Amino acid sequence: MDWLNALNLTFGEFIGAYTAAYVLCALGLAVHFGFTGLLNFGQAAFAALGAYGYSIATLSFGWPWYSSVLFGLLCSAAFAVVLGIPTLRLRADYLAIVTIAAAQALKFAVSASIFENVTGGSNGLSQFGDSFYALNPIPKGRYDFGVFALSENELFIRIVAWSLIILIAVFLFFLTRSPWGRVLKGIREDEDAVRSLGKNVFSYKLQSMIVGGSIASLGGMVFVMSSQTNQPSNWGTNFTFMLWTILLLGGAATILGPIVGGMVFFGLLMFLQSVMEGLVNMGWLPFLDIAQVGQIRFLLVGVALMLLVIFRPQGIFGNKKELQFNG
Amino acid sequence: MSQLNIRAGRKAGVFLGVLAMLFAILSAGAPAKAADDPSTYAYTIAGTLLNNEKPLVGVNVTAQLDAFKASAKSDDSGAWTIMVPKAGIYNVSIDKSTLPAGVSFTKADGDKLQADLTQTDFAAVLFSFGKSTVVAENFGDQLIVRVWAGLNFGLLLAMAAIGISLIFGTTGLNNFAHGEMVTTGALFVWFFHIVVNLNILVSAVIAILLTTVFGWVQDAGLWKPLRKRRMGLNQMMIVSIGFSIVARYILLLFFGGDTKDIGGGGNIIKLGPIFTSDIALISLVICVLSLAGVALFLTRTRLGKATRAVSDNPSLAAATGIDVERIIRIVWIVASALTGLAGVLYGLQFQATWLTGFDILLLLFASVTLGGLGTALGATVGALIIGMIVEVSSLFIANELKYAAALVILIVILIVRPQGVLGKKQRIG
Repeated sequence: MDWLNALNLTFGEFIGAYTAAYVLCALGLAVHFGFTGLLNFGQAAFAALGAYGYSIATLSFGWPWYSSVLFGLLCSAAFAVVLGIPTLRLRADYLAIVTIAAAQALKFAVSASIFENVTGGSNGLSQFGDSFYALNPIPKGRYDFGVFALSENELFIRIVAWSLIILIAVFLFFLTRSPWGRVLKGIREDEDAVRSLGKNVFSYKLQSMIVGGSIASLGGMVFVMSSQTNQPSNWGTNFTFMLWTILLLGGAATILGPIVGGMVFFGLLMFLQSVMEGLVNMGWLPFLDIAQVGQIRFLLVGVALMLLVIFRPQGIFGNKKELQFNG
Repeated sequence: MSQLNIRAGRKAGVFLGVLAMLFAILSAGAPAKAADDPSTYAYTIAGTLLNNEKPLVGVNVTAQLDAFKASAKSDDSGAWTIMVPKAGIYNVSIDKSTLPAGVSFTKADGDKLQADLTQTDFAAVLFSFGKSTVVAENFGDQLIVRVWAGLNFGLLLAMAAIGISLIFGTTGLNNFAHGEMVTTGALFVWFFHIVVNLNILVSAVIAILLTTVFGWVQDAGLWKPLRKRRMGLNQMMIVSIGFSIVARYILLLFFGGDTKDIGGGGNIIKLGPIFTSDIALISLVICVLSLAGVALFLTRTRLGKATRAVSDNPSLAAATGIDVERIIRIVWIVASALTGLAGVLYGLQFQATWLTGFDILLLLFASVTLGGLGTALGATVGALIIGMIVEVSSLFIANELKYAAALVILIVILIVRPQGVLGKKQRIG
């Protein structure tokens, strides 16, 4: 088996653009669930709105990258308000069902053929990154990093994505330690206590939805920008479930948690996949074929999610006292 | 049974589609060597001209994009092929003067169509001739057809939704892995009926039994230990999400990702404007009988009363001498048997894939929430409403948005009446 190749692929995943996109969305989820205690299972919708907002603004309106980014952020903020107003007063498990339903409804809507000339229907949209990649100051060519090589655009999206993660992590670090952040944590621990202090709990929850949703929409943009394709099938429930696994792996009420959680998660998945593919190719797993190895990836996500919630709900970095599932 | 109103008109289209695919296979290997030799162009536009299923021979078809223009004549079978050099959206038109006398287009501007070669290297262009054969049904008939379909679908949903509702009522668990019990019911009946070749009734019984065992093992092996650990309900909900992923991908590994056809649609029966099948009618009767059985069980038997007592207040029920764990075990068995039966009937009427249950899971949750979480009668009412919304909404909006409509209605109802149609106010907390 090619151990070197497996390790190279694993290392590539640590800093991959998709990993960065998931990390951003998981950071948004950390604001929702980790700091405010909202069981949001529709995070895919926020990411999808960022991605569709950006690509539709670029392709249909012909806007430059910065207005497209703003439009994407605006779309997901608007969705946070529309979704939040009816649902944030509901009990936690209702919120979970409604958010997952809203995300699925949105996915059905963007893949519907009646909106095909705007959203591209089930094929989605592609080639909307020209104005973004025009910013790329890196000269054209292949850049060799010892274990793997990247083109100038692949390098650029990685630099932008991880810089964005650092910026947002610093922003969240100060935000969660601000008076505003303390109110959020108060809501997570005991809503009624915060309410009795005269705080408008609903308004804080809505603000948390908007902040976390906007961060997730940036993640969505990074996700589609790396391949310049945006397909509705990306934004299914599996996307959200993977985010939850990443978040709970790292630690929900931490900022480093989603970042390290995302890197470990994708690194581990890629490592296991390459090892299993190696074993299949060597004929050691006769009951599997290569296509099924990809399916086992998701099976492992499920197993990881179950084991984490049962045995280590606070994740790698979390403090057990800081994780209340409110139920 | 959802495509009744276009049933008549699409025969020719299917035939042309098959031809188009043949062309695609033939043309896929054509390499582009010399740019000026049309036979080596990489892109193909093709079609077959049929009027009333008879080929139109020697008709001139032209494809045009910017300065490029190419024509072809249809051959003895009415087929024509034009090779084009580059990607783009081509305007394809028919030279009307080359048409045989008496042949007209279905639509007035039917001689001009477009071929989209931006994504693929092959496009089929179908010109339609003669009068439109699509039968327009009047609105009342369509409504009756949809309501019937909604009733049928709603009853199926109700069987599975009652399972969710009973489990939620007695344990407080929102089980996201419930959809997988529908899937196991559908896939097992396919396996035993089609693969093992057993009698349909025997396979159905085996499938329901296996699903029941699945539910029982699930409770005994996973949920009971978690209840013993006094795990929070929201945590258990996330565990159930993880478990549903695991179960789903195990089913995918064993059954594969293809669509399984079990009943073959059954024999068509006509009731007024409604075309239905014997399978659908039998399924309807089974659903009504089982739902009535559950209602009698919950209201008339000691066990049912104990179940409702546990739903209302587990500690109080335990204090009056009810063995709560035993009731929960029975609830799991009843719920998974009902859900397995729903899966069997769903698989027989529609089709089964590894995603069958997961696809309708949100509709099940919508039904339960709509009726009021934790009330069995509420779940039935909710499921019927959701089934109706799904089917009737396709009269007004695109078919592919019908599930979305149900989910949007769920959100709207939660704004207006968060406790559901039949729920009590305190349940939403």
